[in-house]
Amino acid sequence: MTAILPRETLIFTIARLLDGVKLVAVGAASPVPAAGAMLRRALDDGRRTVRLSVLGSVEHNFFTNGSAELFDCAGQGRLDAFFLGGGQIDGQANVNLVGVGDYPQTQVRWPGSFGSAYLYFTVPKVILFREEHTPRVLVEKVDFISAPGVSPPGVYRPGGPVALLTSKGLFRFDSGRPGFTLESVHPGHDAAEIAAATGFAYETPAIVPETPLPDPATLTLLRGRVLDELAETYPAFAAEWRRDLAALAA
Amino acid sequence: MNADLRAMASRIRPGMRVALPVDYAGVSMAMTRPMIAHGAGDLHLICVPTGGLQVDQLVGAGLVRTVETSAVSLGEAGGAPRFNQAVKDGTIRLRDATCPAIHAGLMAAQKGSPFMPMRGLIGTDVLRHRDDWQVIDNPFAGGGDPVVLIPAIHPDVAIFHAPMADRSGNVWIGRRRELAAMAYASAETLVTVERIVEHNLLADEATAAGTLPALYVTAVAEAPRGAWPYGLWGEYATDTDELLRYARAARTAEGFAKYMAGEASA
Repeated sequence: MTAILPRETLIFTIARLLDGVKLVAVGAASPVPAAGAMLRRALDDGRRTVRLSVLGSVEHNFFTNGSAELFDCAGQGRLDAFFLGGGQIDGQANVNLVGVGDYPQTQVRWPGSFGSAYLYFTVPKVILFREEHTPRVLVEKVDFISAPGVSPPGVYRPGGPVALLTSKGLFRFDSGRPGFTLESVHPGHDAAEIAAATGFAYETPAIVPETPLPDPATLTLLRGRVLDELAETYPAFAAEWRRDLAALAA
Repeated sequence: MNADLRAMASRIRPGMRVALPVDYAGVSMAMTRPMIAHGAGDLHLICVPTGGLQVDQLVGAGLVRTVETSAVSLGEAGGAPRFNQAVKDGTIRLRDATCPAIHAGLMAAQKGSPFMPMRGLIGTDVLRHRDDWQVIDNPFAGGGDPVVLIPAIHPDVAIFHAPMADRSGNVWIGRRRELAAMAYASAETLVTVERIVEHNLLADEATAAGTLPALYVTAVAEAPRGAWPYGLWGEYATDTDELLRYARAARTAEGFAKYMAGEASA
């Protein structure tokens, strides 16, 4: 069987999560989500149109009405999927992009909430993606709510989180409970390791399957067309991927 | 230092509300040092909708009282060191927002309306810390349905960089419509451009649609590579190495001062 790089597993998982979307947007400095969206587009080629907007890209951005257009699109219900990271993410899927400690004089300051306080509410499929899987990132309760995982009844909330993907595994989010369930673990990791690295409580099924891996045809698409497309916006990331593939072949 | 840029910077007075664009839209980095040399402080920066190097340098130079923004960072070069230090020290007032709220506030000003309603935000700490925003029940819903009201944002001055202007002061902004939104909302707009062209930008339909009319433009000055080290769409790429050099230097106040004393060279 062909060896598969950890980042290829992540990209393929994102492409699986994006099944069915028509328009997906990717924020700045997000090569893995961008690659996942590009793989989704490639997989659906000839069957359905997947439109992709990568913030900061010229080639992969068709908006003509300035930086407000992405949010307007989300408000109109046209944007199907988006990605959020987070300095902290808690068990209720609350996201903190602002800082650690008491606001406003936080001892660690992250950039800020960006569009999260709007897009989390309006985009039906928000995928939380954070590679670092540690108790300092996946916390019991965030210090600052940039965007809440769930809203009380009566609050306009067509959007929200569907999944949390890390370097170790994939969680599904159930907004009814609310809470996460461990869905699968990536190759080389296990449920016990994930339990030790996660600061919030979540549900674990009796048997946790391994995260599905791309088949040979998908892998060919990933290492060909997707890698080529990605290089326009993320040259450094693409070059590193190519180096790792060369090392894999050696 | 370019006399035109100095003259433009001299229009800024202490305490003004200054609108600045996001790092990829056309930041007038050429105006940063003239602004610092001019020295008008106590500024209220409005980042449209996020800030970067220019914001960090104005904060580092001690000219800033308030930062109203959805985020401040140096992108690939990491966190904004002087901004982050000022947050930690409590020396600036923060007005944390979310991108579409900044757009909504500018849009209200553009329309001459007192506010714009917007979705989202309910239950966030962003909203909780904004005593200038209000929540009402949607009056058309027949009960319930809370919605946030964002008051109009009226900057005293907007400052940005664009590829070209003509002799009449019309400025070509292409599809970077947030630059127009800033100008519509602001009392004055100061623009630096790569070049000034001899033909009228409004005379050709191909450029007219992407042109901000001189009506909204207070002053224009030529500043080749005026966004550097940021890139300018359609013109040149971001100089990430320079951003990284700044990020390293500005970790300390001394390093920042030394960097800023150095000659700016594109």
